[in-house]
Amino acid sequence: MIPWSDIFTTSWPKIAQILAVLAIFFGFYGIAFAAGARIKGKKQNFLALSLFLAPGVILAMTGLGIPAIQTFLESFKNADSSKWVGFANYTRAIQDPDIRAAFYNTTAWVVICPIVVTSLGLTLATMLNKMKREAFAKSLIFMPMAISFVGGSLIWNMMYQYEEPNMPQRGLIGQLMKSVGLPLQHLLLWHPWNNLFLMVVYVWGFTGFAMVILSAAIKGIPADIEEAAQLDGATGIRLFRTITVPMVKTTIIVVLTTAMVGTLKLFDVIHTMTGGNFKTDVLSNRMVDENFVYLNYGRGASLAVLIFLGVLPITYYNIRSLRAERKHH
Amino acid sequence: MATLARKKNPEVLASHTSRPFTSPIASAIVTVIAVLWTVPTFGLVVTSFRNKEDIQSTGWWTAFSNPAFTLDNYRAVLSSGNAGIGTQGMIPFAINSLAITIPAVVLSVGFGLMAAYALAWIPFRFSDQVFYGLFALQGVPLQLSLLPLLTFFATGVQLFGHQIIPPLHVVGTIAAVWLPHAMFGMPLVIYLLHNFVSALPRELMEAARVDGANHFEVFRRIVLPLSLPAVASIAIFQFLWIWNDLLVALVFAGGTDDVAPLTLHLANLGGNLGSHWENVAPAAMFSIIIPLIVFFSLQRYFVRGLLAGSVKS
Repeated sequence: MIPWSDIFTTSWPKIAQILAVLAIFFGFYGIAFAAGARIKGKKQNFLALSLFLAPGVILAMTGLGIPAIQTFLESFKNADSSKWVGFANYTRAIQDPDIRAAFYNTTAWVVICPIVVTSLGLTLATMLNKMKREAFAKSLIFMPMAISFVGGSLIWNMMYQYEEPNMPQRGLIGQLMKSVGLPLQHLLLWHPWNNLFLMVVYVWGFTGFAMVILSAAIKGIPADIEEAAQLDGATGIRLFRTITVPMVKTTIIVVLTTAMVGTLKLFDVIHTMTGGNFKTDVLSNRMVDENFVYLNYGRGASLAVLIFLGVLPITYYNIRSLRAERKHH
Repeated sequence: MATLARKKNPEVLASHTSRPFTSPIASAIVTVIAVLWTVPTFGLVVTSFRNKEDIQSTGWWTAFSNPAFTLDNYRAVLSSGNAGIGTQGMIPFAINSLAITIPAVVLSVGFGLMAAYALAWIPFRFSDQVFYGLFALQGVPLQLSLLPLLTFFATGVQLFGHQIIPPLHVVGTIAAVWLPHAMFGMPLVIYLLHNFVSALPRELMEAARVDGANHFEVFRRIVLPLSLPAVASIAIFQFLWIWNDLLVALVFAGGTDDVAPLTLHLANLGGNLGSHWENVAPAAMFSIIIPLIVFFSLQRYFVRGLLAGSVKS
């Protein structure tokens, strides 16, 4: 039996809270807009800025801007942030074999996953373009985007489930390995390949994104360009190499960099599937462990800064192209 | 994420432009990949409906040669008295997820749209600097802000022994989870909506201003109605993103079941129950059903939101 009355007792404050937030937000701005409509002249610019822009900027600064600076400072302090220690956290991070392993794994993730996801997405997008009734297949490949990485991790845990060789297999991969005569393995314990098996979950979850974005870009290629190339005799691989890839180059870079940032920050899959054990740890999981398991805030902060430094070139590149774009207009 | 497809909005799910030719090989490869991509989820669906004994002894694919399905697993994870799941089953966690997601989406998109309008159409001195500053904040991984923000919620701000900002009494409440989500979402939401709002026709704005409308009226009568499609797609995007988050929930829910969303609870179940698939499978199904419904019914808008973030026009 579903305990509806108990659920209601514990849940009504939360539901009331949702309604209260909505009521306050819409109530306040309802009044503000009604009153604001009467104000004329120079004053309205200031009022509009403080009601429109300030909340967003304050939220962003409180949530991201100021804490980021604090973390940067913390990374030069000791475990409980009571003393300055210079670069000690960084040098220890480099020397600690576990953190170094996490660093290598993260590097492998950031190199392998974006390339696999983008090339698979590009292949799919190109083929979808040559296919009738593509929508259904597209939806299926895209579907994992809606599933959380926690859910996806559990789904793949089930795929990788290990059973003794003489037992009936419960994991599909185990069954397939058994039927082709491969020796059975604890797939998530089998270093270094377990890292690849974890990457499969990310690739499964993210390929749909790459495919949809690239597919939209490919459909945006003017038909006459493609036809002209075909009249010149370009088909198949050559058409793909000489027309498709150069025409969607910008989108390929967008997908690649998005996937790089995503994998650099990836946490859910590792946390859910191995908890960073069996030599599968990555920086962002290790960072959470440093803060909440080992309670070493300085070292956790230094790992966060390392992740930030990894993202930095991509941010720089994006800002540069944004500026170019703005000047262009 | 350089620019936005504001000039044209490709109908990506419908086919258009001329097809040079169709290829059976391409169709076959796509179909094979689509099947491969679906099998894992399908396995979860099938498992969640099998008997406990069957789940523990055989693989889910054997269910087709010897069909026996049941709803017992769902009853078990939704009912009380299942120690592994929680005292009141899975439903309270779904309510937590909603109580986190709804305020975070409404606030980030609501404030985001207003900020986007301000940056695009209210001239002021540091407009460009604020815009680039917000854009740069997108590059700050939220890992960087978790701990200081948590400390800020707990102790407020002290400067030279004086309490400048008092502690926000949110620690351990649901607000401690949705507030960070609203904050973290801000830069991207403002950026995406700014791209849209700034592309609205200038003549329209100026005509309204000539008629004597001020910013409040322009926003309410012109910008808000015209932006609704963009707002919808970004709201769906935010909804899925926040609903599916684990890291923020793990850090800010403070390790209590009381405010834990479905993802956090599910991650704990996966750790505690391991291969007890008769519990884990229906629980996982229950947690992905709402995002899947949102996704399939609103896929068009979701795709548009994605494209808004990443396609060069």
